[in-house]
Amino acid sequence: MPPPIPAISVKNLTVAYDAQPVLWDIDLSIRQQVVMGLVGPNGAGKSTLLKSILGLTPKLAGEVLVLGKPFESNRKQISYVPQRSAIDWDFPTTVLDLVMMGTYGRLGWFRRPGKKERADSMAALDKLSMQEFANRQISELSGGQQQRAFLARAFVQDAPIYFLDEPFAGVDVPTEREIVALLHELRDSGKTIVVVQHDLKTVETYLDQVTLINQQVVASGDVADVFNDEAIDQAYRSETSAQAEELPSQEISSDQ
Amino acid sequence: MGCLEFFTDHTFRTVLIGTTAVGATSGAVGCFAYLRRQSLVGDVISHSSLFGVMLFFLLSYWLTGEGSKSLFVLIPGAMVAGIAALLLSQTIVTKTSVREDSGLGVMLAIFFGTGILLLRWVQKASPPIPGRRGLQDYLFGMAASMTQSDLMMIGIVAVAMFGTIVWLWKELKVFTFDPMLTQCLGFRTRWLNVLMIVMLVSGIVIGIQSIGVVLMISMLVTPAAAARQWTNSLGKMVILASFIGALCGLTGTIASALTSNLPTGPVIVLSGVAVFGISIVFSPSRGILVTWLKQRPVDALKRTAVRGGKPR
Repeated sequence: MPPPIPAISVKNLTVAYDAQPVLWDIDLSIRQQVVMGLVGPNGAGKSTLLKSILGLTPKLAGEVLVLGKPFESNRKQISYVPQRSAIDWDFPTTVLDLVMMGTYGRLGWFRRPGKKERADSMAALDKLSMQEFANRQISELSGGQQQRAFLARAFVQDAPIYFLDEPFAGVDVPTEREIVALLHELRDSGKTIVVVQHDLKTVETYLDQVTLINQQVVASGDVADVFNDEAIDQAYRSETSAQAEELPSQEISSDQ
Repeated sequence: MGCLEFFTDHTFRTVLIGTTAVGATSGAVGCFAYLRRQSLVGDVISHSSLFGVMLFFLLSYWLTGEGSKSLFVLIPGAMVAGIAALLLSQTIVTKTSVREDSGLGVMLAIFFGTGILLLRWVQKASPPIPGRRGLQDYLFGMAASMTQSDLMMIGIVAVAMFGTIVWLWKELKVFTFDPMLTQCLGFRTRWLNVLMIVMLVSGIVIGIQSIGVVLMISMLVTPAAAARQWTNSLGKMVILASFIGALCGLTGTIASALTSNLPTGPVIVLSGVAVFGISIVFSPSRGILVTWLKQRPVDALKRTAVRGGKPR
């Protein structure tokens, strides 16, 4: 039996850029020890939801509980893996250095990483078969390797909850499978995983639970219960009407 | 005067140590500005600091009856104006539809423009304001006017900057690389942001006397950009940039002392540009030369393909 306290519980969350609501009145509860996917069309607010839970994007209203406690007092319980595109990969640093940054949180202000942090980081790299890349420049990595380096960094943060923003974007199929296997392994060892996912075809094989969003929560729960044509339709149909006004016309026509 | 006499000359030694310290400090601090893509921000701060220089000069005149050109007065003034310009431009960007580059441009116009206006007024005011002579040197720098007390102020800023970089190395590094991660790790990014602004401004105002507000930005950016070509480690980059900056300060001061017509500030800046030029051409990993050498077989293959031949 999984513990009864939800890993993440979001109440009444609303986020807007200027006067444009991006997320509206989100209520969401994520059980512990599941792989939960946030699925929805482009611009549905999936990444924004992750970021606003993490306090990286200001919210207009709403409350976030992490393992039953307010986010502010429990923020270190979440490791966040950003989209790869959000990072300057030309930054002068090595893979090992990047992973070691994950230990900075438990070190706190002023204390420097030492032998233990280095060993932990190497172990995390080992777990992702990235040990041989430890001294490589981060700019020399392939997309899949970058993603694995990120995951290693999340490992050393040693948090019970993982947030991954589009971990499969720009990653080849074997790496994608490897990452998924790893996420399942993490879940089996007691972690909770939240991923932003684009691909509808893999929802049933990758995820335990799914939340379909498009500004609002369309459906949320076990994949078997809520992931049906009607819900998908609802999430994706309102996109065309909502986005038709915003996007340049050629983008819409290329979509069809 | 012979070469040796210069190095034993007290005034010259003061200037030499001063410009070297300025170069080393701005080179080190500049690495963070470079990686955070704040070159333009730095230039606006640098130009805007002229307003603070004039304002604090006038304040000292009103308070004591004589305008002070001590760096203990002018550097705080430059810092206040630089930070004010930056904060005001950020306010404009968040409160109006004006974008960041335009907001910065407007602030440069206001602060630098007002600074020039005050400079003119101080120079022409009658009765003349005591101490006004040499104020125009803050535009392009006048290292020779450096006094022992100015050197002390430069030393204080330099020690504070290097101390901060060493003491908060891990925090500065992760914040420069990934501010979002830094926040997720539980650090107060607001504090780090303020610290970064103070560091950026300090790395600039330290050079207003020797290099001047117009050219100072290049001492912040060029050593960092040159150092980046030679190393892939942030630590080595900061050390190398600091070394390059120091070397430029040294070269510029000696060169302008040995000849009669070379101004110190511009020579320091141009030595930096020279190092940057060499770096960008000869860098072993990202230089123009090595890129060209790598491209050659590709071009050859392309020619073969266009001719319809077979690859060897």
